[in-house]
Amino acid sequence: MSVQTEGTDTAGEPAVHKARLPAPPAGGDGGSAPSARRGAAAPYLLLLPALLATLILLGWPLVKNGMLSFQNLNPRQLIQHLTEWNGGDNYREVLTGSDFWHVVERSVVFTAVNVVLIMLLGTLIGLLLARLGKRMRLLLMLGLVLAWAMPVIAATTVYQWLFAQRFGVVNWVLDRLGWHSMADYNWFGSQLSTFSVITLLIVWQSIPFVAINLYAATTTIPRELYEAASLDGAGAWKSFTSVTLPFLRPFLYATTFLEVIWVFKAFPQIFAINEGGPDHLTETLPIYAFVEGVGNQHFGVGAAISFLTVLVLLVITSYYLRMVLKQEEDEL
Amino acid sequence: MKRSVFGRVWPNATAGVLFAGFVFPVYWMFATAFKPTGDIIAESPVWFPADVTAGHFAKAVDADHFWTLVLNSVTVTVSAVLLSLVIALFAAFALARMRFRGRRGFIVTFMLAQMAPWEVMVIAIYMLVRDNDLLDSLVPLTVFYAIMVLPLTILTLRGYVAAVPKELEESAMVDGCTRTQAFVRVIFPLLAPGLMATSLFGFITAWNEFPLVLILNKDIEKQTLPLWLSQFQTAFGDDWGATMAASSLFALPILVLFIFLQRKAVSGLTDGAVKG
Repeated sequence: MSVQTEGTDTAGEPAVHKARLPAPPAGGDGGSAPSARRGAAAPYLLLLPALLATLILLGWPLVKNGMLSFQNLNPRQLIQHLTEWNGGDNYREVLTGSDFWHVVERSVVFTAVNVVLIMLLGTLIGLLLARLGKRMRLLLMLGLVLAWAMPVIAATTVYQWLFAQRFGVVNWVLDRLGWHSMADYNWFGSQLSTFSVITLLIVWQSIPFVAINLYAATTTIPRELYEAASLDGAGAWKSFTSVTLPFLRPFLYATTFLEVIWVFKAFPQIFAINEGGPDHLTETLPIYAFVEGVGNQHFGVGAAISFLTVLVLLVITSYYLRMVLKQEEDEL
Repeated sequence: MKRSVFGRVWPNATAGVLFAGFVFPVYWMFATAFKPTGDIIAESPVWFPADVTAGHFAKAVDADHFWTLVLNSVTVTVSAVLLSLVIALFAAFALARMRFRGRRGFIVTFMLAQMAPWEVMVIAIYMLVRDNDLLDSLVPLTVFYAIMVLPLTILTLRGYVAAVPKELEESAMVDGCTRTQAFVRVIFPLLAPGLMATSLFGFITAWNEFPLVLILNKDIEKQTLPLWLSQFQTAFGDDWGATMAASSLFALPILVLFIFLQRKAVSGLTDGAVKG
């Protein structure tokens, strides 16, 4: 998957389809007046299904969720279809409690650590892929693709097994390496060690996306640019900073944006590994909302937290969103 | 430019170590699944299983309604991916190729939609689905999975559409094609690798989805594999052989699909026939 990188994906010749499809004229630019008018409507018609789907299936639950966040909604109200408005009580309860702010802080730090690791290692591995010979490159790609493809729930189970207190292979290796106190170490007993396992899991699964796409993007850099740079007397580092990096910059921004969203919203990894434990200490915002809302069945409070979660995510990504808005403006 | 021996060795050595690191968890899952229990709980790990047993797999498949769950998962995943691809293709074409008022707004809308906190909207979705009498049905699952992956599908496909040289489309239109024909005959075949690459994300998301199906479908006949895997884990917590066998079965289709599609996708991305 390339994310707004300009890949030249044009394998295979344009096959000529003999079957003539009944083609409603979509109208190009210019032409006679009626077809021009139809042409003006074309983009909106093409976007219509996507917009309708988003509006109904995302917009509606969001509005509903917004309404729930102003209600007192517990199992009793849910089952009996009761609607009890309670104003901003849910928000007041969440925002004045100390829990929420701790969780926000934890989520931000967690996201930052993971995204920095993913982008840094992913970029390095992507550049390594570009430097390898064909056979080694295929081998490393295969490893990356396997890690990338592991379904999250299966991966989480496997990590629990790798880090299992008894018979877990990680503890055995650490013990063998001379770290004997780790022989029966319980990885899921403290906040830091649980987070370490979760981080390893997320970074392991996320690097391939960055590395493979980055490698694909480097293959589209015109060779002449490097030749020109070396004619100007640029060394390896200089040609990296003056050719490679500027070329990859849009890709790196777009990928960082996606990774921030994905890590911040990471749910199954954290939930399945230890359900936010020990003692709620690894709850990030989505987990906190789920545990409060669904787990403790304070559905209204959960809805309020989830609304605040989106706000926090918007603030974190606002820089990039503003940049996109500006860029698209320049393009047109 | 000649490279020193060291300069030739370290990239390969690093790649070898990285390969081992990335593959090991996957390998360990399969290895554990095939090992007899005695080897799994050995004091020092058995790195390469000598005795192989299929017993753990038999235990994993033995669950009630296993094949119904498989069928449900496949149905929901494939339908959701196809649905989102079709919808996204129209939108991506408009966003990549046409100029119109509000284009920017649409792009940002889809970027924002990408942030939707699905896991925590389950209660709202539950109430909406319940009020429409659609609990215990595969239809809501399919459409919600499709919409979960729609924004990224649109944004990714937009990049692929934009990468097809405009001249190809124009020359087809000069040759007498309408815009629709030009799209169907020229652009669509060139988009095939892009479509495959994009569908991967949809496959893995829909195959994995867990909180929504947990809340919406209480009827086991209408559940999907992630529920089976997580319940299996609870029931057989310490039986790592059976748990790993179940994980292997769950992961295998996606692993195969990825290896198959990813090669196509990446080669489509890199060996462009019409390179600029």
